[in-house]
Amino acid sequence: MSSVSQTFMKLFRGSSGPETIPAQSSQKLTRRSSGLGELSRAWESAEGMCVLDLGSTSPTNIRHFTEGGHRIYSEDLLTASTDPELLTKDEQGSAILDSRKFLADNLVYPAAHFDVILCWNLPDYLDESLVKPVVGRLWSVLKPGGMLLAFFHTRDAGPDSPCHRFHIVGPDTLEMQKIELRREARRGPTGDVRTAVTDGFQLQRVFNNRHIENLFHDFASIKFFLARDNIREVLVVR
Amino acid sequence: MSAPASGLAQIGKSVFIKGELSGSEDLYLDGQVEGSIALKGNSLTVGPNGQVKASVDAKGVVVQGKLEGNIQASDRVELRKSAVVTGDITTQRISIEEGAYLKGKVDIHRTDTK
Repeated sequence: MSSVSQTFMKLFRGSSGPETIPAQSSQKLTRRSSGLGELSRAWESAEGMCVLDLGSTSPTNIRHFTEGGHRIYSEDLLTASTDPELLTKDEQGSAILDSRKFLADNLVYPAAHFDVILCWNLPDYLDESLVKPVVGRLWSVLKPGGMLLAFFHTRDAGPDSPCHRFHIVGPDTLEMQKIELRREARRGPTGDVRTAVTDGFQLQRVFNNRHIENLFHDFASIKFFLARDNIREVLVVR
Repeated sequence: MSAPASGLAQIGKSVFIKGELSGSEDLYLDGQVEGSIALKGNSLTVGPNGQVKASVDAKGVVVQGKLEGNIQASDRVELRKSAVVTGDITTQRISIEEGAYLKGKVDIHRTDTK
């Protein structure tokens, strides 16, 4: 597990703003998703739903929802969390991310706005200091009765736990695509610095069932789906 | 990257405009604009060097560079792979290439054709 400062040193060596853009590798894996299947039944029977996709921008997902007559909002929170201006220190002097600033710039929506939130694997890869504040904000922007889908690793598989983006290709079928950070030239003290950082996001922690229940404590119900690939799918209802 | 067609109105990459930009012909914009852009009945192309902080109202919008602001397109919106868009999009049709970045809402308004 990497610390905030290590992650930021790796990502943001240099003095100007980040140009971290998720690059897409060509390899895509297909997986069945019971949580998505249950969610699909809800949006297939409804009209004009309001959906928030928190993964990397997915043309497939945007097409999927707009063709179904729904409105989709896309907001890549993981990439947004790599903004170097978020880096601050807590009372002990440890490096953390400023959750207030993060929530001032991201997830800015009216209360009870969304019917569905696709969280994907965000909590597993998001920095510790942002996880609870973000889940709190998600609760407030989700309508009562609205649903949120999230994926959690059941164990730390190290390098075998790459961060994926998810494309909806069927009612219960997802295509997973590994996210790689593509860093472009940035301005350093002595001019442009070209780097070749291609690491993906690092798995930050492994939640157990109790942790997940605590994380979604304010929600009305929570449902777990275990999958064969060491992923625990969670569908929560506000 | 698609180059601008000859004869097309162009704003080059060294140009910075602040204010209201309107016209009645297609526009290729590779510079910086802050304010608003109204090209009703015509198309706007934001080139790879383009940096726009403006609301956009046009028939068609193609983005290759950066655009911050809401897009209202009566026909279609295309986000190319290098596009970085922050704002809500309202249009009839949209295409988004792999690699494009979007932070905002996509709202498709369909008009019935008989």
